[in-house]
Amino acid sequence: MEHTFKSHFSKRDKLSKIFNRDKYLWMMILFPLIYYIVFKYIPMYGLIISFENFSPYRGILKGPWVGFKYFIEFFNSTFFWRLMRNTFLLNVYSIIFGFPAPIILALIVNGITAKFYKKSVQTISYLPHFVSTVVVVGMVVNFLSPTTGLINHVLSFFGQKPINFMIMPRWFRTIYIASGIWQEVGWSSIIYLAALSGVDSGLYEAAKVDGANKIQQTIFITLPSILPTIIIMLILRMGNMLSVGAEKVLLMYNPLTYEVADVINTYVYRIGIGNSEFSYGSAVGLFQSAINFILVASVNKISKKVSEISLW
Amino acid sequence: MKIKLSLEDRIYNIINIILATLVLCITLYPFLYVIVASLSSPESVNSGSVWLFPIGINLNAYNVVLKDKQIWSGYFNTIWYTLIGTVINLIMTTLAAYPLSRRTFNGRRIIMPIIAFTMFFGGGMIPTYILIKNLGMLDSRWVMVIPGAISTWNLIIMRSFFENIPESLHEAAIIDGANDLYILVRIVVPLSKPVMAVMTLFYAVGHWNSFFDALLYLNSSQLYPLQMILRKVLIQFDNMEQMKAIGTFEDRESIGQTVRYATIIVSTLPILLVYPFLQKYFASGVMIGAIKG
Repeated sequence: MEHTFKSHFSKRDKLSKIFNRDKYLWMMILFPLIYYIVFKYIPMYGLIISFENFSPYRGILKGPWVGFKYFIEFFNSTFFWRLMRNTFLLNVYSIIFGFPAPIILALIVNGITAKFYKKSVQTISYLPHFVSTVVVVGMVVNFLSPTTGLINHVLSFFGQKPINFMIMPRWFRTIYIASGIWQEVGWSSIIYLAALSGVDSGLYEAAKVDGANKIQQTIFITLPSILPTIIIMLILRMGNMLSVGAEKVLLMYNPLTYEVADVINTYVYRIGIGNSEFSYGSAVGLFQSAINFILVASVNKISKKVSEISLW
Repeated sequence: MKIKLSLEDRIYNIINIILATLVLCITLYPFLYVIVASLSSPESVNSGSVWLFPIGINLNAYNVVLKDKQIWSGYFNTIWYTLIGTVINLIMTTLAAYPLSRRTFNGRRIIMPIIAFTMFFGGGMIPTYILIKNLGMLDSRWVMVIPGAISTWNLIIMRSFFENIPESLHEAAIIDGANDLYILVRIVVPLSKPVMAVMTLFYAVGHWNSFFDALLYLNSSQLYPLQMILRKVLIQFDNMEQMKAIGTFEDRESIGQTVRYATIIVSTLPILLVYPFLQKYFASGVMIGAIKG
């Protein structure tokens, strides 16, 4: 009510007073804001090229419009189902095998009674996280070499013929997921260890008095206590179903394993950057971003309902 | 009062220790093998007789690696990208995190959603590539440090840390006539050493290991970071210059494996050396992120 009596002048005066108070804060955030607009929002605007016949010489708004042509082309191409299947399967397998691994490791580490050993196992288990993907893939490739690799030496020791793992499609997913677990299991277990350290030790004392052994304590106290963390992590993981980073696949695959290894991101890279098919590549990328956004949004909604924890 | 362990509990403990030791071995053995193989003679590595101790110790592989110009230029570039990049990251992240942590800041409610949205949706690889191209940043050093100047995730961690600094400190400083710039530099940053240390580590490790940006945006091999060189040597099996001088094809192939193992050691040594000193920060960083996130 009150402000209706104030003149236009005094309202502006108030605004400039507030701005004056925060002027240093505005000065600070100016550069980050420009950064976000240039490097995050301009590429979003650039997505327009998915709907036109873009040529770098004409500029973004000058191309002839083609509507959904490139999307339809992608949906009808033989690549579509292959990419969807590969992306989906790599995700599903990494959830089935990769998701429980850090939980199991956290339970093992938590169960170690000797403090020094506990710390050592923990520290060493997350060392591989800090080794670059290039080196990890490099180690994998060299260990699996059919002539000089460690793994094939072991196989031949047991009388097996050497296997050229890296060019065999049926080994790709196993190698991708196993090396991923090796690299990230320790690091991912930290969050579960944090949850475990928050469990009330009184519960264990009470269980001991009731005569529960360690296995019973794990099943009836430890696991239920970290269940909320597990569920949240699982929900968050589900939101990423359509994104497999291009980086590791690009390093690991070759034309012989494309049929199982090629995912949306690597396809965008090959077609978009490699063949300079900017509009088509951008359309494929937009399809992926859109699905991912929908996934994250719906997962967030579910998570809000189930656990009252949400991202926004 | 100590309750005596039952037989079942003792078995449980033993199995647990065995499993933990197994994890330890699986994590460490690949590193051990790489070290041992890099120090052994090519013949013993290729025939598979090396597995725990170096056999026929020789340092030829290191000789080849350390004489290679690409490795050194890759090292130099990576150090440049890591140093300059991390400084830019820290400054930019702090400049964004501080205003957003001020509850009284009137821009907060508009700017935060603008920033957070970019975590869930983006233009993707191709439009970003076109932008970088239009900015004339392709094939320049700056492309490795500017486009990734802020990680939104790190920004949120830092903002949460700033928010926990007692408000009374700000009030006292304002009464003394300090402005926000002064408060940030003289009060907030000095009080934020833990989060600054963690951010430095996260950003620096990111730059040290980054490879995909270089693949996308760099053409000149003299700008390549170490990871690009490693990819060439370790994965594409592209021999080093030094090796091309080695006599026959067979000789080159024979020494190739040990050279690749030596390359892994030379390139990973810095992180392996600083790791024991830094690992406590790594863990606390994840905790800061996990609890706030």
